Amino acid sequence: MTAAETRPDPESVGAAATPQRQGREEVVFHLDGLSVHYGEFPAVKGVGLDVRRNEITALIGPSGCGKSTVLRSLNRMNDLIEIAKVSGLVEYHGVDLYGPAVDPVEVRRQIGMVFQKPNPFPKSIYDNVAFGPRIAKTDDDLDGLVEQSLRRAVLWDEVRDKLDQSAYALSGGQQQRLCIARAIATSPDVLLMDEPCSALDPIATLRIEELMVELKSDYSIVIVTHNMQQAARVSDRTAFFTVDESVTGHRTGILVEFDQTGKIFTNPSNPKTEDYITGRFG
Amino acid sequence: MTADTTTPTRIAVAAKLQGRRVGWGESAFQLATLIGLLLSLGVLVALLADIVAGAWSVVTTRGADFVSTPISLSADTAGVLNGIIGSVLLTIVVAVVAIPLGIAAAVYLEEYAADTRPTRFIQTNVRNLAGVPSIVYGLLGLGVIVRLVTALGAGGSANGRNIIAGGLTLAVLVLPIVVITTSEALRAVPAGIREAAYGVGATQWEVTRHQVLPAALPAILTGTVLTLARAFGETAPLLLVGAATGFFATGGQGLMEQLSGTYTALPVVVYSWSRQPDGAFRDELAPAAILVLLVLLLAANAAAIIIRNRSERKW
Ligand SMILES: Nc1ncnc2c1ncn2[C@@H]1O[C@H](COP(=O)(O)OP(=O)(O)O)[C@@H](O)[C@H]1O
Ligand SMILES: [Mg+2]
Repeated sequence: MTAAETRPDPESVGAAATPQRQGREEVVFHLDGLSVHYGEFPAVKGVGLDVRRNEITALIGPSGCGKSTVLRSLNRMNDLIEIAKVSGLVEYHGVDLYGPAVDPVEVRRQIGMVFQKPNPFPKSIYDNVAFGPRIAKTDDDLDGLVEQSLRRAVLWDEVRDKLDQSAYALSGGQQQRLCIARAIATSPDVLLMDEPCSALDPIATLRIEELMVELKSDYSIVIVTHNMQQAARVSDRTAFFTVDESVTGHRTGILVEFDQTGKIFTNPSNPKTEDYITGRFG
Repeated sequence: MTADTTTPTRIAVAAKLQGRRVGWGESAFQLATLIGLLLSLGVLVALLADIVAGAWSVVTTRGADFVSTPISLSADTAGVLNGIIGSVLLTIVVAVVAIPLGIAAAVYLEEYAADTRPTRFIQTNVRNLAGVPSIVYGLLGLGVIVRLVTALGAGGSANGRNIIAGGLTLAVLVLPIVVITTSEALRAVPAGIREAAYGVGATQWEVTRHQVLPAALPAILTGTVLTLARAFGETAPLLLVGAATGFFATGGQGLMEQLSGTYTALPVVVYSWSRQPDGAFRDELAPAAILVLLVLLLAANAAAIIIRNRSERKW
């Protein structure tokens, strides 16, 4: 894993954590020995990787290998699952994300999330986007913020005349872009996306992919995808996970390889990665 | 590869696609279900016809007068006004007490309580409570609530066997049902809505208040209206907490006197009239009162359906 050398010295970042400007190499997430248990069983263990600023990092691997679990530990969504237990290190700009002083609600405001199935609120398009800013009470210019977020998500032109209509009246692809607009309305620093295109048709998928590439100038993006072409097309770095079966038959996800996407797809160092991307596995 | 349309293939395929004849067992089963349906409907229709036939003379000769005059000993002038007022006031007491309490309890159980053994024990027993016969709640009302109401100084001229006590008794009776319907409504809210709300940095309170409760509201309202209808038609517990005491009361009292004084309720009027030796009460006035009760209950059910359709259409 090439990640380790370039990550900022924890000493220099420290708990005060003013976001450090280190150009494109700045590390947003530093994971080391991350394991997540559901009840007694480890769903994924020993994950170490770095997510860099203004990059798209893809998590790929067969289903059940813990991609979603790892993603959800990056904004403490796992806290909502009573039996989930996170151990190991998850640093966000050098701050221990699971430290005692950290409020998961604030974490989720900084680190937005887009889910597998488009899940707009059963409210108007406007209220969907405005919900985050409203509860954060940053309502200086809500209308402007809603418009700007919808523009960033390349949805504005399609919905500008029907902001007060139900979000459920939109198509699946539009709903997913609305969910992206909703996520960026709270001005997060990172966007986590869990198979955001798996419920969409190819054209809608393409639009979301274009959108992701465009958004990465402002955000750091972590995307889970089961679509390897998608990972190859949009991501800068790729983490390949697989499932390890224990003697007792319990399946645990492990990180096999993490590297530049080009390297993973053309010249992976691990034969398992090669098997997977060439379709000889899973 | 051109399609093989030679005759032998076509014959074979046609034979495979031919429907099987419906067997004897299947026909018999269909018939049995149909008979079941007709029997249940028949009983219902017969009951309704009997009620309407009995009520007919009252409906035609008295009309609106029947619902706007108070109870009287004379069959010619007796009406159900006290019963309607009593039932409406009882239902209001039930609504004011049971709805907020029940919704609060359900929100706590579903959204806040950890999924532990005690929580599950409580959930199971709320269901059991909903199945307790209503007369048992009547005994509770008589033994505890009437005394409590008296002790709190709201006993009034009825010595505690008044609308406040009756309404509280019915509230306790329907509370488990409110909790169950609200719980189910909350559980039916898609997990994606909760996740999305947490995902933009909402606290648990904000998720519940701004997303989960509004999403569940149509179902909660529908269930609540039906629950109130149940309370409106309930008779047995009211007999124990004094609903027969108001037969001679006339209207024109203040609200507090209405609530704390003697009272009666529509189903209790039906019960009482149907036990009168006077044939006019038993055979004509009682069915007419039942008709009024049925119309009001149907209206409540219609309201529930309208609420549900409204909110469905919106989203
Ligand atoms: N809420 C949960 N409770 C219990 N087990 C879970 C839960 N979520 C996921 N798991 C288990 O954790 C493992 C990894 O799941 P997940 O992270 O969803 O994998 P992926 O996203 O790669 O398909 C699976 O074996 C799954 O059954
Ligand atoms: Mg997943």
